[in-house]
Amino acid sequence: MRIEKCWFCSSTIYPGHGIQFVRNDAKIFRFCRSKCHKNFKMKRNPRKVKWTKAYRRLHGKDMTQDSTFEFERKRNRPERYDRNLTENTLKAIKTIDKVRSRREAKHIEKRKKGKKAQVMREAVKELEQSISLVKAPSVLKEDPSLTLPKIKVKVSQAQAENQPMEE
Amino acid sequence: MVQYNFKKITVVPNGKDFVDIILSRTQRQTPTVVHKGYAISRLRQFYMRKVKYTQQNFHEKLSTIIDEFPRLDGIHPFYGDLLHVLYNKDHYKLALGQINTARNLISKIAKDYVKLLKYGDSLYRCKCLKVAALGRMCTVIKRIAPSLAYLEQIRQHMARLPSIDPNTRTILICGYPNVGKSSFINKITRADVEVQPYAFTTKSLFVGHTDYKYLRYQVIDTPGILDRPFEDRNIIEMCSITALAHLRAAVMFFLDISGSCGYSIAQQAALFHSIKSLFLNKPLIIVCNKTDLQPLEGISEEDKKLVMEMKAEAMKTVIGQGGDPASDQGVLLTMSTLTEDGVIAVKNAACERLLDQRVEVKMKSKKINDCLNRFHVAIPKPRDQKERPPCIPQAVLEAKAKQAAEKEKRRTERDLENENGGAGVYSASLKKNYILANDEWKEDVMPEIIDGHNVCDFIDPDILQRLEELEREEGLRQAEEADDDFEMDGQELTPEEKQALAEIRRKKTLLIQEHRVKKSTAESRPIVPRKFDKDRKFTTHRMGRQLSSLGLDPSLAINRAHSKSRGRKRERSPERGANSGDDMDMDVDTPNKKLRLRSSSRSRSTSRPPGEIVPGEGFKDSSQKVKAVKLAKKSAKKRNKNARRGEADRVIPTLKPKFVFREALYRKRRR
Repeated sequence: MRIEKCWFCSSTIYPGHGIQFVRNDAKIFRFCRSKCHKNFKMKRNPRKVKWTKAYRRLHGKDMTQDSTFEFERKRNRPERYDRNLTENTLKAIKTIDKVRSRREAKHIEKRKKGKKAQVMREAVKELEQSISLVKAPSVLKEDPSLTLPKIKVKVSQAQAENQPMEE
Repeated sequence: MVQYNFKKITVVPNGKDFVDIILSRTQRQTPTVVHKGYAISRLRQFYMRKVKYTQQNFHEKLSTIIDEFPRLDGIHPFYGDLLHVLYNKDHYKLALGQINTARNLISKIAKDYVKLLKYGDSLYRCKCLKVAALGRMCTVIKRIAPSLAYLEQIRQHMARLPSIDPNTRTILICGYPNVGKSSFINKITRADVEVQPYAFTTKSLFVGHTDYKYLRYQVIDTPGILDRPFEDRNIIEMCSITALAHLRAAVMFFLDISGSCGYSIAQQAALFHSIKSLFLNKPLIIVCNKTDLQPLEGISEEDKKLVMEMKAEAMKTVIGQGGDPASDQGVLLTMSTLTEDGVIAVKNAACERLLDQRVEVKMKSKKINDCLNRFHVAIPKPRDQKERPPCIPQAVLEAKAKQAAEKEKRRTERDLENENGGAGVYSASLKKNYILANDEWKEDVMPEIIDGHNVCDFIDPDILQRLEELEREEGLRQAEEADDDFEMDGQELTPEEKQALAEIRRKKTLLIQEHRVKKSTAESRPIVPRKFDKDRKFTTHRMGRQLSSLGLDPSLAINRAHSKSRGRKRERSPERGANSGDDMDMDVDTPNKKLRLRSSSRSRSTSRPPGEIVPGEGFKDSSQKVKAVKLAKKSAKKRNKNARRGEADRVIPTLKPKFVFREALYRKRRR
């Protein structure tokens, strides 16, 4: 009795569930439910289908590399039964699970937190570079802070008033 | 040993069918399509193929007929004579000969016509030749049609001949008609010959098989023979005579004691004496049948004498044949097929006699020595009376005894099962013989799946160690994360900086939008030069605004712009007079914008106004020129409105100039 992984969505297949497809080259595809099976028949690539684990791993939404994944590995040689070892293993599985899920949650949190620092840096850089669009260089020399200059209106208005009078 | 089986001869078709078969095959198996446009060699080949193919088929079929029918000289004389008797050797040979000649004729025809076809020069001629060839071949076959029919009849009859092996042990039964020959054969073999009260019920030879001393004997029933001179015999009788003549068999001459066959003993005896020449070298048995009607003792004296004479004859045959000359047991026998009294005895006697004779012959021949020399059974002579049984060593006996004991002692699983309730009740414990570090663990049930994982995937001898490492690592990580959270306060932008940033971004988006608009319309619309300034973008007001938003003082720039674009009419102040000296040619009473265009800057050129006089044109003043222009326009107006072709419209004087269309001309001329 083994728990398998669905080829499409990578979820666990308990015994008695799902469908297995064996191709002519003897490669076995296991599916957890007909949704995955039908998607497979439509020749969809799981790496492009958003809700699958393959997509999530590929696009960095879920944790990819971690030492907790090393514990679970398919061993082909059967080991002789040892009660103590089995007991320890069962306890270990529990803790490993806890650690792994904690780490995954952290990963997602970090992802969601946002790129505040990066945004900050970009804003500062933009300000520095393109300040000339809103502040003339000569003004900048006098006043090197990155703030807008006050708009001087009065002088040009006086001139404009003068001209029509002369006509 | 050739098995004379004439059933395997293929059917001989009659003339018409034969022709049909061959011609239809030719039509199907050779290509059928030909056109007169083909190359001549191809046509010839086509028809030659047909002729040859037909000839080959005829040849094949006729050859099979000739080969399959037996040659009367090449088979056992018994069969040869039998066939001669039935079908007449000469007719048979003639028929086959005709078939042979037909075959040769057809080959010749084909050869000739193929030679002719080689020189056929048109489709029609080749076809005629082919038709002629095939026609002649078919005529040949038509001519031999009677032979074919005859051979077919023979074949059908031959297939029904009994398969008699002339070389094996055979018993021949002969005698007058109705004496009981067929009844006898029915009794001793599985043959089912017709038995009827009239004479000549049996019209041909019949074969049955019987066993004696683990050997198989053929028993041949013949039609009855009448006492007639040899030449007068009919075909049926000749069959039996042939059989008698050629088969090396034991002969049983049947005698009807009671005379109920319609012939007296005297007549039968006469027949016996007339054919006794055929009985040379064959074991002869005289069988008196129908003893239930008339026992042998009860016949008259003359009859008895006749019978004794026959017996004497039969005795003669015994002498040379390995039997005891003294005994007359196997020579004269009585039986009754109706009551089955003595039938088996007769058969046994006959078989015995035949066997003796054959063995005798074999012994006398040279071949026997080869057989005898090949084997020799040696029996050692006992030298004394001591008994010597087989010797078995003691160790072997002990081992055998031990094995037997062991088999009983060991308790099998099956025994266990039976003790605990049988097959359905008891289930064997598979874990009983497990080899584990601690025997208490044998009955443990290990979980295979836990929390969506396979336990077997995690099993590792040093899993505890790795788990410890993992926990340590986890502790470190958590500490790091706590530190990271503190750092995340970060710098903030001041509100003025935010405003500046927003402004920058706004300006950038505007620039980008403008650029996009310009780019999209660049291909379809002409670029209007700045001086026409439709949207009034390039005003000093605007410039002033923009400069001041940048933080600069725009007054200087505005003044400069104003000073550059002079050209207003009311500029008579002295300081400006020097500037406007160059453009005094203009009329003062046309104060429109156009004047301003031809300003003192004169950096751009403009076209002449319509009324302006150019010296070389010939007008005396501008009003004349204007009138002239007006007249010109009026003359063209109506034509333009009616969309008629004018002087300025394109005219093609010659639609097809020669120098362009020379090619077409040449092509046409050539045709």
